Amino acid sequence: MRDGPPTRAEVCAAAIADCFAGDGEILANPIGTLPVIGGRLAKATVAPELVMTDGEALLVENIIPVGIDNPEKVVAGWNPYRAMFDVVWSGRRHVMMGASQLDKHGNQNFAFIGSHAAPRTQLLGMRGAPGNTINDITSYWIPAHTARVFVPAVDVVSGVGYDRARDLGPVAGRFHHLGRVVTNLCVLDFETPDHRMRLRSVHPGVAVEEVVTATGFELAVENDVPESRFPTDDELEWIRQRIDPKGLGEEEVPNP
Amino acid sequence: MIPDKRVTIDEVAAEVRDGMTVGIGGWGSRRKPMALVRALCRASVKDLRIVSYGGPDVGLLCRAGKVREVVYAFVSLDSIPLEPHFRNARQSGSVTTMELDEGMFLLGLQAAAWRVPFLPTRVGLGSDVMRFSPSLRTVRSPYDDGEELVAMPALELDVALIHMHRGDQGGTGQYLNVDPYFDDLMCMAATRRFMSVEQIVATERFLADGPPQSIRINRLMTDGVVETPHGAHFTECVPDYPRDEAFQRAYTASAKSDEAWSEFRARYIDVTEADYQQVVKS
Repeated sequence: MRDGPPTRAEVCAAAIADCFAGDGEILANPIGTLPVIGGRLAKATVAPELVMTDGEALLVENIIPVGIDNPEKVVAGWNPYRAMFDVVWSGRRHVMMGASQLDKHGNQNFAFIGSHAAPRTQLLGMRGAPGNTINDITSYWIPAHTARVFVPAVDVVSGVGYDRARDLGPVAGRFHHLGRVVTNLCVLDFETPDHRMRLRSVHPGVAVEEVVTATGFELAVENDVPESRFPTDDELEWIRQRIDPKGLGEEEVPNP
Repeated sequence: MIPDKRVTIDEVAAEVRDGMTVGIGGWGSRRKPMALVRALCRASVKDLRIVSYGGPDVGLLCRAGKVREVVYAFVSLDSIPLEPHFRNARQSGSVTTMELDEGMFLLGLQAAAWRVPFLPTRVGLGSDVMRFSPSLRTVRSPYDDGEELVAMPALELDVALIHMHRGDQGGTGQYLNVDPYFDDLMCMAATRRFMSVEQIVATERFLADGPPQSIRINRLMTDGVVETPHGAHFTECVPDYPRDEAFQRAYTASAKSDEAWSEFRARYIDVTEADYQQVVKS
């Protein structure tokens, strides 16, 4: 087992776990290495009521490790792709997605950069982002916080932000809700009067100025921004021994 | 008496004509009818509109110059997130796209299968799906709520191509992995429907391999069946075989230059299916 003080990746995992704590009995659907680690950490500790998948078409009740082939699974459901839409459209999911671009309202792009006719960079496409954001709570994970990701305006709106949801009116936008944005530097949220992105906490060792510089728009920054919490001993044991024994989270976010 | 719907790979390819809309089953780099896709790459057909939860099927057809438009929500190789040939085609402006959410895609196929012009959904509202497809319309609920929703139009297909683990000569098909994907909907949304299978078996065999619900494709959904052992290669077709990751990396490398593609094409596309299988086995 790894020992020593908590790493930056482990701080991120705990911050991600906090995103899902308190959601109740919904499908927690983190996408990406540290999101999966953090999501499983929440289920293992404070939020056992969360329903989670094996990353594919099965719902599993045990906490399975990341990066291990054919882990033992306590299967409690069949959730092929088309069943996922039943979950999403009925409002019983909290997804954490990635983003190639994100603006201050939480508009997200991972479709392409540049023009539709001939993009400068073709990325993933719309995937499920339009449906996720208009139906369910959505959070984001950004493993490398830079001004190339946090931009004044996204090239494509795949995930719907607060300004667009507001323009839809109170009926069409009534299920839209963005949770938090966790990055390798900090935790952001939209808990401001106009839902503009706010710096919620900085990870230990990160200066507020560092986040501000790495963000391409003006963040809401209050006086005395708190530090993100360290994981507890119990959480560290879960991460190091059970959820991420190979240290894949450390590869995604190297310790500074 | 079970009808005999067995056809050849080339007979399937000949069904696809210029300008047609072709739906391809599977998901990403999983259980794709690659033997049929390779045959389409060799055919003289062009200007296709491809409807796919996209993987290397889309990339290969784009690179082979068969495609006018891709209707998609993603094109991915799973273990390699971005499809290299699709990227090149998009970035050079050689193919147009209809940008859809994964769920809108499902509704479009379902609407076509049910023969209704559209299905309503909240999905798409507020996003750029609407901006890139100005033909998309919204519809207002006729009931007291009056809610405005997206009217996802039917995605009507001329031809559907899918790959299953087992099939019989009548065109019944069985999948043995955990996810049926949307293959049955692809067939039901299409005018002409063709299924490749790992193995054609006697109908009596189905229940020895899986439960009744694994027989996802009944013969109301198919017009032809063709046995193509290892025919989803290099995509995943578990439990029969995993994705061939080494081959997929070689495929990805073939997007680096025209020379690399020419070499790949000569070796793996401009050959018979039997020769292809021989080469990839060695």
